[in-house]
Formats: sequence, structure tokens, C-alpha cells
Amino acid sequence: MSPKRMVDTKMVPVPSHSIVPERDLNKTPVLETRHLGIEFGGLKAVEDFNLTIGKTEIAGLIGPNGAGKTTVFNLLTKVYQPTTGTVLVNGKDTAGMNTMQANRLGIARTFQNIRLFGNMTVEDNVRIGLHNQVRYGMLTGIFRLPGYWKQERAQHEQALRLLSIFGMEDMAEVKAGSLPYGAQRRLEIVRALATHPSLLLLDEPAAGMNPHETEELMRNIIKIRDEFQIAVMLIEHDMNLVMGICEGICVLNYGRIIAKGTAEEIQQNPVVIEAYLGKQKEDAP
Amino acid sequence: MRKASKTAVSNLITYGIVVVAYIVCQVLIENGQMTRALKGQLVPICVYVVMAVSLNLTVGISGELSLGHAGFMSVGAFAGTIASAWLLAAFQLENEVIRLILAMVVGGAAAGVAGVLIGIPVLRLRGDYLAIVTLAFGEIIRNVLNCLYISLDGARLHLGFLNPNLPGELMVNGPIGVTGIDKISTFAMGFALILFTLFVVLNLVNSRAGRAIMATRDNRIAAESVGIQVTKYKMMAFVVSAALAGMAGALYGLNFSTVTASKFKFDTSILVLVFVVLGGIGNIRGSVIAATVLTILPEVLRAFSDYRMLVYAIVLILVMLLTNSPILSNLVNRFYPRLHRRAREKGGEAA
Repeated sequence: MSPKRMVDTKMVPVPSHSIVPERDLNKTPVLETRHLGIEFGGLKAVEDFNLTIGKTEIAGLIGPNGAGKTTVFNLLTKVYQPTTGTVLVNGKDTAGMNTMQANRLGIARTFQNIRLFGNMTVEDNVRIGLHNQVRYGMLTGIFRLPGYWKQERAQHEQALRLLSIFGMEDMAEVKAGSLPYGAQRRLEIVRALATHPSLLLLDEPAAGMNPHETEELMRNIIKIRDEFQIAVMLIEHDMNLVMGICEGICVLNYGRIIAKGTAEEIQQNPVVIEAYLGKQKEDAP
Repeated sequence: MRKASKTAVSNLITYGIVVVAYIVCQVLIENGQMTRALKGQLVPICVYVVMAVSLNLTVGISGELSLGHAGFMSVGAFAGTIASAWLLAAFQLENEVIRLILAMVVGGAAAGVAGVLIGIPVLRLRGDYLAIVTLAFGEIIRNVLNCLYISLDGARLHLGFLNPNLPGELMVNGPIGVTGIDKISTFAMGFALILFTLFVVLNLVNSRAGRAIMATRDNRIAAESVGIQVTKYKMMAFVVSAALAGMAGALYGLNFSTVTASKFKFDTSILVLVFVVLGGIGNIRGSVIAATVLTILPEVLRAFSDYRMLVYAIVLILVMLLTNSPILSNLVNRFYPRLHRRAREKGGEAA
């Protein structure tokens, strides 16, 4: 994708093309943003962010530090309310929604700085993710009314099944806070999956992992996509991971999309190279 | 489901401690080995245990520091004593056990409503701000009750605010408080209320709602991100806690012939908070033990007469220091490695 076309994108009133175009021909996109932007006291942290993610697409969001990647995630999950533009999840406008409602619409996420419920067990963390999949009220819980035991057992089994994706069922009773770093990241993914999302946002899932773990993570992300039939969008600095599994990549710099395309297109894009490495023809002092 | 059974065992121990303590007390009473002063403390002990456990729901499980817990207790005490008198006058309900139960239900409901009303503004705040606002609301409740006049005219209740000129016999007389209370609280009912409170709190913790409450405490942003209605669950914990405090208040009020609003001052809230902190924040069993020991302690320390409260304070400081001392925990570890490990595991599970 050339820089010229990027300018075109900005001019089109409602751009609705996925990074991987063929994906949004037959299905409603899981996520669609139109002119999404947010200002913090005059500073435009994200500006004119247009992106469409098709069902079962794995998309990457990359860019130098401070480019606004996590801010985009916070906008999509409604931690921040955008100052301009809209976010559509499964075709529904999320204007005025909060994080909880966005999750119920189908967006689940992990966090760059892990946010587990550290004092609780691994299984309880997943059970909290299953919160909206289980339906019994406070009084049923307190007075152990009919349905309590049945639903608790179902929840227990479902939690173990989800943990088995990463082979973590043995750790079900371990305190989440005492898990090794990599396992904590995996547990966060399981917890997000438990909310039954249609789009999973992963904020630096491979951070702190060794190459072996990263490779396993790549396989697991693809496995999750295939098994749950969901779309995945990830922020990552590990280029092996991004180039290895992302079908479409979106590059962000200074809050703006500077390029979109497949791994090969991105790798050869001069604008991207400039953003990461600086201008080629800089005069040496 | 090994974990579930482990929690169940831990809960059974808590119930067991309460039941054994009750049986021991009953045996002592039967044999006439219990002093009069201590016998008089039995119902207050039950009341403070319920107060501590219910406050632990707000402070430990939900993670909001509340300094106005005595306010809910006073609402329960006033509502409960009035309900008891009214039930006797209107329905000739002579059965004291049923009347006490109904009075506690009314006290709990009234405090629950107060909890909702106060929770709406308070739970918008966090941390220190929340603590200070709950403190203020506790004082507001006390001052409102000081201006309240209620009279019983046959079977009808008349309510006056800053106006003592009501038909019939004045029951609630402003700053003088509720007078002429039929003392129907018993130790057995106090024991039953403790079991009920433990049942509610321990079961709540091990349910979908309880996990949502603890998730909100541990990490609000993560809780929201998995679709938990944070405000709803904060409110739930706050209201259940207030309602239980109201029930304790009703039991407390019906243990004396008069109850004044000034009995439920700020220091009562702090006293209950001391029980919670000493017993371990989030540790229900600890609250039960701490509330019992610290309520009996002033009685036991009567031997020190004038220096009673000084010794009480020193004991408090020593207990706090010793339980947090690494040297002591190392010593325990050396002599009872198994005990220590188990205690640590339990600590992790309870928190």
C-alpha cells in the first residue's frame, strides 16, 4: 500500500475495506471503526483511525513506542470515550457504552501490564470470565437454591476446558499471582476467552516470553481462532510473531495509520521503514 | 472438586468454633460458673461478632473502607425496637422469639434501605474519599435519629421530626432515644443470628456474585473488561453488609430498656473496624474470634480497674505487632512447619 493511497483512505467518507479485503465480502465485519479519534487536552493521541476486521481474521497493530496502540485498544473497549468517530462491533454502534457493555457485545481483551485477580485461584479467574455465561442471582448463591450446584459444576467444567487450551488445568488451584510471567499472560487470554467474545484483543501477548514460548503462543493463537471462530487483533513488538501469524497488519505512528496491508507489503513499505528506522537519506553530521 | 471441599472444610471449622463456643457458654451458665458481668456481655458479643463479620464483607471482601457501620446498626436498633413494640400493641404478638425475629427482619430491611440510599452517592467515590463520606453519613444518621419522635397510639404509629407533640405514648423521644423497650433479646437468638450471618457471608463469597465482588476489589478495570457490572456488585456487598448490621442493631436494641442514638457514635464504627483489622481483613473466622476476645477483654481486665483501657490498648498494639512480626512467623515456621504452611495456604485462599 503506497502512501498515496493512504491519503485517499482519509478522503473517503466511510471507508470500509478490511486489511484482507476478501474477508469482508461475505460477512458482516466483527469490528469497524470510522474516523475514530481521541484528544487529551488538545493532544491528538489517535486520529482518523479507520479499520475493519472480518470474522476469524488475525490482525496486527504495530508501531513505535507511544504511537497510540494501547490507546486504540482502550477506545475499542470503551475505557476511553472517543472524541470523534464511531466503533461498530458486529454491526452495532457502541456510542455511549461502557467497558462492561462493550464486553457483552463481544470484545474481550488482555492487558499490557497484566491485570489478573492475583489473590484468587487460576480457576476462579476463569470463572469470573464466565460471569455472564452463568446466570444465577445473589439469593440463589446465598441460600444454595436449586440450580446453584448444577451451574457451579458446569462452570467448573467449562473453566477446566478453557484452561486445557494452554494445558493449564493442573494449575487450576494455584493462586494466579504466584504463576510465572508467561503463564499469567496465558491465563489472561483464557479469562478473556471465557467471556465468549467475537473479537479478542491481545495487548503484547508475547512480552516477557522466550522464543520457545512465543512460538507456542503463535500456534495457540491460531488454534483459538480456528476453534472458537473468532477474530483476533494483537499489539506486539515481536516481529516474528506479527509477521508469522497476522493476515493483515496495521501500522500506527503518532496516532495515525501510516500503512495497512499484508506482512510482505508492510515489510517493504518505505513509510513504515522510515517510522521505525528514521529517514534513509539523513545527512550525517 | 478438591478446592470446593477445601473451602467447605474451612467454613465448617468456622461454624464449628461458633457452635462449640455456644455450647461451652451454655454449660458454664447451667453450672453457674459464669459471672453476672460476663453473662450480661453475651448478647453484645453476638452483636459485635455480627457487626464485625458484616463489616468484613464491605472492607475485606468488597475492599471499601467504611467508617459508618454503626450508623446502620442504629437504624436497625431503632427500627427493630419500634417494630417489636408495634407488633405487641397491634397484633398482641406475645411470642418473644417470633417477635424478635420479625424485629430483626425489620431492622435489617430498614438498614438495607439506608444502605441503598447512602450507597448511591458513596460508591461513586473510592478509597479515602469513600471512607470519609461513610463517616459523615454515619454522623448524619445519628443526628437524624436525635431529632426523631415516634409515638404509639393504640396500634398506630405517629412520626414527628423535631416535634414531640404527638398523640399517644412517646416511644422514641428525640435525644432521649427509645424508651420502655421490652427486653426480648436472648443469647440463643444472638447465636442464631451469628450462624445466619456466617451462612450469608460465606455462601455469598463462594458464589457467582461473591466472585464478581472480589474481582471488582482486586482489579476494577479487569473486572469491567470481563463484563462485570462493577457498581452493581459494590452496591450488593454494601447493602448486604448494612442489612446484617441492621439485624445486629435490632438484637442490640432489644437487649436494653433504652437505646439512644449517641450509643452508635463514630467510636463504635472504629471499634468494629478494629475487630476486622485485628482478625484479618477478608478473614471471616478471624473477625468472629477478634470480636469475641476484644469484647470480653475489658471485662476480664477489670482487675486492673483504672488502668483497664490502657492495658486494653497495649494488648491491641502487641497483638498487631506480633501477628505481623517476621521473627515470630519464622519461629512458628521452625517449630511447626506444617502449621505455618497450612496457615499460609489458607491466607491465600481467604484473601
